[in-house]
Amino acid sequence: MFNQLTLLGSWGMENLRELGRSGMMVFDVVFSRPNIRKGFPLVIQQIYSEGVLSLLIIVVSSLFIGMVLSLQGYHTLQKFGATPELGPLVALSVTRELGPVVTAILFAGRAGSAVTAEIGLMKATEQLSSMEMMAVDPLRRVIAPRFWGGIISMPLLTMIFNATAIYGAYLVGVQWLGLDNGVFWSNMQASVEFHADVVNGIIKSIVFGVAVIWIAVAQGYFAVPTSAGIASATTRSVVYASLVILGLDFVLTAMMIGSW
Amino acid sequence: MTENLVEISKMSFQHESGKVVFQDVDIVIPRGKVTAIMGPSGTGKTTLLRLIGGQLTPTSGKVRVENEIIHELSHYELYQLRKRMGMLFQTGGLFTHLNVFENVAFPLREHTHLSESMIRTLVLMKLQMVGLRGARGLMPSELSGGMSRRVALARAITLDPDLIMYDEPFTGQDPISMGVLIKLIRTLNDALKLTTIIVSHDVQEALSISDYAYVIADQKIIGHGTPKDIMENASPQLQQFIHGMPDGPVPFDYPAQPITQDFLEAGVNV
Repeated sequence: MFNQLTLLGSWGMENLRELGRSGMMVFDVVFSRPNIRKGFPLVIQQIYSEGVLSLLIIVVSSLFIGMVLSLQGYHTLQKFGATPELGPLVALSVTRELGPVVTAILFAGRAGSAVTAEIGLMKATEQLSSMEMMAVDPLRRVIAPRFWGGIISMPLLTMIFNATAIYGAYLVGVQWLGLDNGVFWSNMQASVEFHADVVNGIIKSIVFGVAVIWIAVAQGYFAVPTSAGIASATTRSVVYASLVILGLDFVLTAMMIGSW
Repeated sequence: MTENLVEISKMSFQHESGKVVFQDVDIVIPRGKVTAIMGPSGTGKTTLLRLIGGQLTPTSGKVRVENEIIHELSHYELYQLRKRMGMLFQTGGLFTHLNVFENVAFPLREHTHLSESMIRTLVLMKLQMVGLRGARGLMPSELSGGMSRRVALARAITLDPDLIMYDEPFTGQDPISMGVLIKLIRTLNDALKLTTIIVSHDVQEALSISDYAYVIADQKIIGHGTPKDIMENASPQLQQFIHGMPDGPVPFDYPAQPITQDFLEAGVNV
């Protein structure tokens, strides 16, 4: 009994210590003096590798999620003769919830894991140490561009996800199932509010972006520099990020629900 | 300018795990000389280089580099001082996303505002020194272990540092490149007026080019002096290490209970 209590205590301490270390790291990244001339190209490069290279999976998933949502929604709404509400149904669920959440989870799997593995391997092969000894701060040269690149990419990817998902719903609802084009779009326009629905969704995606990329860089930077260590860091990066996204989503929704 | 570039006094170091690596160690690295630090593997030779480079902080005692206590410097001062240090890591530590040329050019691009043609000239000069001018277009994955070490050496001297530290430079080199490397380390030291620290367990090679040598074992210095002194030192611990004898004061085996007991317990517990 006493032993278990001690174990629980040391587990808690270890986790808090880890949280503290990664918090300090992000603090250093966010509040270090930016060097625009050198930093800007690096951030652009990271937006490419984290954002642009994630486009394919985001576009394909969102198209199919929109299509299936439309199909399911249509069949249920039909029972109540409410098919004209298909547009609002899809648009609201995508902009408020599915867009930010699914994008963030896909982003954690596609970009977060890659960032963790890359930083972890750089650490294991002494690239970070040799950078330090060349008087180049790895926090500024390696961590910061990846961090900012992730934060900038996430809302952009979410917007693309939203647009493609709604287009997928249009393809199924209007083009295939024969819902009236004007009814689909005008009902959607009437019930989706720009600030309460679209902007709040984007705010969610920025928060998720910070969480995902923070977890990814911290897991990589503090990974045990062995092959097993990097493997478990990569797994943890995706698992923690996904759980944090779902938890944060609940909290954010509860905070935003007043405006709906 | 003082005579010694690095002065370590009464320094102790303990890992986070509690393992004691050094206990009250005193080391002096004279300016302009090649100093070898030798010792069996696992005695913390690499840790020592990291302490000198300010990547680790000693538990007690002081590490002075260029008359400054390196672990008390601010982040900015530490990075300024590191611009005057070069370090060659055991694995090379080359950036895998950059080719050989860009790896060597990296410190120049980070710390100077030189023109592209000037950077090209400097990088080619450094690569010529290590005999890899022709390999400038290759990626690190296309290099052999010995070659990547030489590229890393070129990169370490790109900013013309005052102090250069080599971590096991001789491992993984074939006899030809080993000969070249030994000569190169000596020539670089004398021609560029560097101060060199070599950490190695290759006794013959390290002693053949060094002016002074330290031998570390059991968390402390067990001998130091000129290579000649070291070779002639009568201490049994030193002799065992220099001549590579399996039996002596330094045990080959990791501490364990008697072997018969281990076998008798087989099947009971591991």
